[in-house]
Amino acid sequence: MRKISYVKAINETLRQMIETDKNVFLIGQGVTSPWYVGATTVGLIDRFGSERIIDTPVSENGISGAAVGAALAGMRPILMHPRMDFMYYAMDQIANQAANWYYMSGGQVNVPLTIWAIINRGGEQAAQHSQALQAMFMHIPGLKVVMPSTPYDAKGLLVASVKDDNPVVYIDDRWLYNHVGEVPEELYSVPIGKGIVRRKGKDVTVVATSYMVHEAVKSAEELEKEGIDVEIIDLRSIKPLDEKLLFNSIKKTGRLVVVDAGWKTCGVGAEISALAASNVFNYLKAPIIRVSLPDTPAPASSPLERAYYPTSDDIVSAVKSRFTEE
Amino acid sequence: MKKKSGVNIPQNMLLKMYTTLVRIREFEEKVAELVSKKEIICPCHLYIGEEAVATGICSTLRKDDYVFSTHRSHGHYIAKGGDINTLMAELYGKANGCSKGKGGSMHLASPKMGLPGSAPIVAGTIPLAVGAALAFSIQKKDAVSVSFFGDGATNEGVFYESLNFAALKKLPVIFVCENNLYSTHLPVSRCLSDTMIYKKADGFGMPGIRVDGNDVIKVFNLAKEAVENARDGNGPTLIECMTYRWCGHVGPSYDLDKGLRSKEELDYWMNRCPIKLLDKFLLKHNILSESEKMQISKDIKKEIEKSVVFAKESPYPDEDKLLDDVFSGVKT
Repeated sequence: MRKISYVKAINETLRQMIETDKNVFLIGQGVTSPWYVGATTVGLIDRFGSERIIDTPVSENGISGAAVGAALAGMRPILMHPRMDFMYYAMDQIANQAANWYYMSGGQVNVPLTIWAIINRGGEQAAQHSQALQAMFMHIPGLKVVMPSTPYDAKGLLVASVKDDNPVVYIDDRWLYNHVGEVPEELYSVPIGKGIVRRKGKDVTVVATSYMVHEAVKSAEELEKEGIDVEIIDLRSIKPLDEKLLFNSIKKTGRLVVVDAGWKTCGVGAEISALAASNVFNYLKAPIIRVSLPDTPAPASSPLERAYYPTSDDIVSAVKSRFTEE
Repeated sequence: MKKKSGVNIPQNMLLKMYTTLVRIREFEEKVAELVSKKEIICPCHLYIGEEAVATGICSTLRKDDYVFSTHRSHGHYIAKGGDINTLMAELYGKANGCSKGKGGSMHLASPKMGLPGSAPIVAGTIPLAVGAALAFSIQKKDAVSVSFFGDGATNEGVFYESLNFAALKKLPVIFVCENNLYSTHLPVSRCLSDTMIYKKADGFGMPGIRVDGNDVIKVFNLAKEAVENARDGNGPTLIECMTYRWCGHVGPSYDLDKGLRSKEELDYWMNRCPIKLLDKFLLKHNILSESEKMQISKDIKKEIEKSVVFAKESPYPDEDKLLDDVFSGVKT
């Protein structure tokens, strides 16, 4: 099959979705900028014009509201936030309006909106240019949250998000943009709410999200040398979450390591740990452990940054610690 | 063409607006009574005194035009043609309420009539109206979108973001500020450095006009022009309607004992009652007789009594509906 980059997969999907559905349009800061969103939006403005590729002023709250309003009037907007840090400005429109509208209207008026949120970290960008807010969105009833880790899923989950009748927060990490993988040319959906086993193993379950799936794969190669057989689950959707896949794996391995590059407290790992503890406690042979960001803002200086972001080494240590505690 | 009243509004439209004013008033007075009796529990922000704004604006709209409303939404719902029975049932928290008992007074919806919803987050629905207008422009529809909000909403940043974006893109949206002089308890002069809200449109190169919001004829005429302008692709307008809520911020009481405003002030505005103003005009021009007036009042009272019966006889939502309607397309 054809191999393309993650960034190309997003670009192609945007083009195909806008081409095939007259209700789809792209709106956000920098969608015509050469550097804001990598190469994900390259060429779209030339193809579709400014009516459906809407570059916007720096007004996160107002523009997010406009996207929600357009969805209420029959469109399927893709609202792009080039940095998650700035989304706090838009929380009213996302959490109060988009997420609640269907419920508040007694199931009469839905919000078919894709909120494309980019994690743009590293490079000494510090506390306000680095955030990964998946847990915050996962907390809110009425929002779905997906985090594709491969070019294939980047396309399939973007299609599924746009086709979904609800607000979906589609989170990608720019560290994934140059990853290359098999991607069919035609449109296809990856179902929201379904995880996938990236590596089969029998000793320990490593559940990971987004970029951390690749770090988990690296760690598994390392651990294999030491005789530890790791099963890796890529959640793909953190809400709804594929509980069955998760529980079945834990029942098999008896050990759980949760890896998510968001903050620790009330993070994705906390939720998964609670789910596991509440549902498959009796299968656990060791306490659950989380690999996450520490509960601190992102630093600037490179050495501090290196210490801040978890890597495969942290996963290796976390996994090993599950075998030494008894 | 001038009508016999000397204004450019057809007689049947004047009568229709009169009926709407009375319907909103009678409905709200009934709600005030039911809230006092604790039959209605959800917080109700009554529209008494402000009826001419919703009526004048919505009377210029088509069914496919959208209206976005606020916490004080009963008047907008009624003026846009929403069903009274399901409105009352919603206030009672009943299953066949206009939002199935999930929304209450602050989340009224009548999508069929062009009211996709209302929300009490101050200024929260302003960008939604802009977005609906954006959708209409992409869809090449000539529909317009109206955002109702209070004077308090002009203290929120998103108000300015919305005005800018709408003007920038020349979107078919009308911003209607219901300036009732108070942002809950604070007088507008203690909130805004410049209380001429309509002037804020200048900063966006958009027409901004202040109007007597208790004079439904003036509101109608101004709205008609703004709506036509928007439909013709000439972009948004900000209309500031000067009006007054008779009751306190929320609930049926006049709250005169709270020391927030004077009895004289309330009397002044009650004397400028929007219904009385139109009433006088219609009688003077022989468009409405005393007996016709009595008949309208009687019919509407009956209609509202029926809505109370409907609401009371309606069932409450089943507890198992609690988890429904979180996601579209997902059954629990």
